[in-house]
Amino acid sequence: MRPATRRRLVLALPWAWMALFFVVPFAFVLTIAFAEPSEGLPPYAPLLRWSGEATAVLQLNLANFQLLLDDPYYLEAYLRSLRVAAVSATICLLIGYPMALAIARAPEHRRNLLLMLVILPFWTSFLLRVTAWIGILQDQGWLNGLLLSLGLIAEPIPLLYTDAAMYLGITYCYLPFMVLPLYATLSKLDPALLEAAQDLGARPLRAFLQVTLPLSLPGIVAGFLLVFIPAVGEFVIPELLGGPGAQLIGRVLWTEFFQNRDWPLASALAIVLLAALVAPIALFQWRAGR
Amino acid sequence: MRGIGRLAIPLGLGFAFLYLPILLMVVFSFNDSRMVTTFTGFSLRWYDSLWRNEVLMTALGLSLRIAAISATMATILGVLAGFALARFGRFRGRAGFGAVMAAPLVMPEVITGLSLLLLFVAMESVFGFPAGRGASTIAIAHATFGAAFVAVVVQSRLADFDLSLEEAAMDLGARPWKVFGVITLPLIAPGIAAGWLLAFTLSLDDLVIASFVSGPGASTLPMVIFSTVRLGLTPELYALATVLVAVVGLVLAVALRLVRRR
Repeated sequence: MRPATRRRLVLALPWAWMALFFVVPFAFVLTIAFAEPSEGLPPYAPLLRWSGEATAVLQLNLANFQLLLDDPYYLEAYLRSLRVAAVSATICLLIGYPMALAIARAPEHRRNLLLMLVILPFWTSFLLRVTAWIGILQDQGWLNGLLLSLGLIAEPIPLLYTDAAMYLGITYCYLPFMVLPLYATLSKLDPALLEAAQDLGARPLRAFLQVTLPLSLPGIVAGFLLVFIPAVGEFVIPELLGGPGAQLIGRVLWTEFFQNRDWPLASALAIVLLAALVAPIALFQWRAGR
Repeated sequence: MRGIGRLAIPLGLGFAFLYLPILLMVVFSFNDSRMVTTFTGFSLRWYDSLWRNEVLMTALGLSLRIAAISATMATILGVLAGFALARFGRFRGRAGFGAVMAAPLVMPEVITGLSLLLLFVAMESVFGFPAGRGASTIAIAHATFGAAFVAVVVQSRLADFDLSLEEAAMDLGARPWKVFGVITLPLIAPGIAAGWLLAFTLSLDDLVIASFVSGPGASTLPMVIFSTVRLGLTPELYALATVLVAVVGLVLAVALRLVRRR
């Protein structure tokens, strides 16, 4: 068997599978975003209709996209999602960077254990960890109980179903995604560079700002994107911890789909969300590639 | 090797942030009271009522079945893909293949779920397969994003080994399939095991994608937990979380020992 044939054989199965179950589905989202909602199942009218005389009529319905543009509710949800994701990714970075740096500078035999400790929560149920925060933040929760017993507050303060609770939840769940790429970059830095900076008289802070930080930029970007992208479409955390006003795009899409059964509008929302996510990444790669 | 010095403080606080909520759940799963926040005495009653909760237990059984099947499919796909990405050099279409294998890692779940559902609905109306939605459609969906995670793990494991072992075997006359079976596969076995476990856990944990592609009658564990939580917390959920933490801790401890012994 020739090497090229062998390679094709190895690639065939994953290529075919991912094409069918990951790439092709987007074509359906794109198609149905242009369909009209209708009664019945599936709840959308076909785009191609036979008009009696063996001619097909292609009907593109732009009303879904028009609605997304016209109704400020959707635009606000998009902007809020982008903002929430960006703020959460920044908080993750601020908490995660010192953690990753500490692990990268820990003695070598300890590093694997510390990394394991970062990953371990990720292996236990995400949903149940979010649930734990409900117990902490609710009115009769642990945090309010603690503050009351310390005499810091006279009556429980509303913590659950607020924006703060939502940020806390997203930061908590996505922190490992930030620490891992940061660690990967920081652990590969040559310690000789830092020693050289110190030999030349740079204080630790200056050495950090001028050597470590710039060199870890790829890790920062990777970690930021790993938190930002999934957080934009996050549904569970805003739904369980956030307030009723926190209409993020993932939640809006979910409601349109499951409660209003408007599949075409949900598809249009997904297309716009995808475009909003792909654009900055494409821009970043294009700039990095130059 | 320099010490971590003052960095120990943010590291400790970070770990406290990650582990305190889990610790609270574990402690309060042994609480005697119905209250989820005041500890009145030690009791195992919530483990007993968890065991008797038929809805939760049925959902757990379904979720475990789906996770085992989808993780196995994901591992086969992910090993092939990770091997190709690590060992084939610059083959034609590599950039596209790499992007398609990596995209599911970050794709917002609502988009993946919606797009797969629309595919399944269209396939059913044209081919009559899959007939209806349920466990099998969820397994296909989970295998797809699980494969992406397995591919990353396998690829990074292969990147740790240079080609010299495989080349030596080929110089000694082993055929390519034999080299893969006798040299490559044993080398990446820990990566394959880790990838399978990761795909298994991710499947067991997924709410959003499963909700989209599931059908009537197929409620997975996260779907049942989600509807329970919306009605209010019960210590039963803490008991469930504790069991999961214990199982995961045990499996990882065993895995770590096996890796060390090598």
